[in-house]
Amino acid sequence: MQIYLPIAEVSVNAFMLLGLGGMVGVLSGMFGVGGGFLMTPLLFFIGIPPAVAVATEANQIVASSFSGVLAHWRRKTVDIRMGMVLQVGGLIGAALGVLVFNFLKSMGQVDLLIRLSYVVFLGIVGSLMFVESLGALRRSRAAAGPRKPVRRQRNWVHTWPLKMRFRTSGLYISVIPPILVGMAVGVLAAIMGVGGGFIMVPAMIYILGMPTKVVVGTSLFQIILVTAFTTMLHATTNHTVDMALAVLLLVGGVVGAQIGTQIGTKLKAEQLRVLLAALVLLVCGKLAGDLLLEPTELYSIGTSGGHG
Amino acid sequence: MIRWIATLVIALSTANAAQAQQMVADLSQSRVSITASFAGSHILVFGAVRETAVGPQEPFDVIITVSGPLQPVTVRKKDRVAGIWVNTEEARIDAAPTFYNISTTGPMADILSETADLRHSISTPNAIRAVGLTEDVSEADAFTEALIRIRRADGTYTEDEGGVTLIGQTLFRTDIELPSNIVEGTYLARIFMIRDQRVVATFTDVLGVQKVGLERWIYTLAQEQAALYGLLSLTIAIAAGWGASATFRYIRGS
Repeated sequence: MQIYLPIAEVSVNAFMLLGLGGMVGVLSGMFGVGGGFLMTPLLFFIGIPPAVAVATEANQIVASSFSGVLAHWRRKTVDIRMGMVLQVGGLIGAALGVLVFNFLKSMGQVDLLIRLSYVVFLGIVGSLMFVESLGALRRSRAAAGPRKPVRRQRNWVHTWPLKMRFRTSGLYISVIPPILVGMAVGVLAAIMGVGGGFIMVPAMIYILGMPTKVVVGTSLFQIILVTAFTTMLHATTNHTVDMALAVLLLVGGVVGAQIGTQIGTKLKAEQLRVLLAALVLLVCGKLAGDLLLEPTELYSIGTSGGHG
Repeated sequence: MIRWIATLVIALSTANAAQAQQMVADLSQSRVSITASFAGSHILVFGAVRETAVGPQEPFDVIITVSGPLQPVTVRKKDRVAGIWVNTEEARIDAAPTFYNISTTGPMADILSETADLRHSISTPNAIRAVGLTEDVSEADAFTEALIRIRRADGTYTEDEGGVTLIGQTLFRTDIELPSNIVEGTYLARIFMIRDQRVVATFTDVLGVQKVGLERWIYTLAQEQAALYGLLSLTIAIAAGWGASATFRYIRGS
């Protein structure tokens, strides 16, 4: 069934959009990532103009994250206090990110920098997480029965002032690291047009030392606020949010997110991390390939001026 | 439609003979509505020619072009820099049609002279006004060619040599497919009557392409009430997220 999208001004298959939304939704619920880093390239691929894809994707992430976070909420795996602290950093970061984005845009080459930062970040985050979680998986197999994990190291994060108790995460740490993490993710989110979950999740686990189960819900909670903010920004400045496209994607997405959350609870934390790492590396490889291999069409068209 | 053509022929025969030949034409519809289920459309362009000169006439050819609204575009070219492929050069084309279709009675090279093509901007490269290309680009033509190549691939630029059918030595017609990825605006249909590679008569008509119904409403809201539109989008997102969650809970609960 073909449907003509009013803002994107292209006609696409409605069922394909539902399917795409569903697939990305499953991943979103499983890993606590918004799925933007997967969906945005997919939308480019089916011919949605990039500006519309990025803006609409933000809107869709709001829906799938909200659907996912409700499931976590009932299981009490959302650390609201941590989410709010991250959010404070996130909003500052997003504002900074918009400034950086406009600066890069005035220099041209913003496209390249987005791609490069994707490759670098996904590569680092993915490989670190992959190695670490594989190790953890092997250890948990080797040890007969659930061995109590070694007491978390007290790294630099625990020595800073302004300490706050995060009961859900079982942490008593300074608020400065979460704010910094939130800021970093906010900057990236604004530049790359994604929720930033794929960076937020590992940062929460490895820098803040939060338990994996809490991380997913908290990350989703934080993503909702950031992407809602981004959606409003795109809608009011660029007029590029396509409601029809968003509805199709989010119908698939919210259902997928529910299924994903169910799958997520059945997997072990280490398995979940290995899978997310593999996924991140896969996307990274694809983007690196685009940069390194000679494209079949050397030229590309960008419509300048006006909307669309 | 036969009646329309009959009317055209009558109109022709009563027309004043200022030139050696006259031409009238029409489109099967003057408006195309883009609805939510819009998946392309097709229009019929037809017309008739009357020779006013006495005696037998040489055969003629017809070229029909349909052009979409003009938009500025930037064409970028990738090059390998330090091992990675990046956009290095770009050219701005001030006005390129978003849609361009040419239908002819025969091969363009045979029936139309280059001078006539230039004068009337008929062929696709000539229809793209590349006057505003930036100075620092070495190969401006390559950029125009790339634009045409990319747009041909996505079906917005088409050429149909032999697509115009002549009926007798008077009537002509062609079918033009509008793809589903066309944009809103006023489309211009031009019909050229060609003899000895020269344009001897022209006729133009307009075709309005418009979003209607829900499409129109969403588009207008997004442009004019942006904040409201953004909030509405978010409300839909939140409601859908909550709805799915509640539904799944209900399914599992029961």
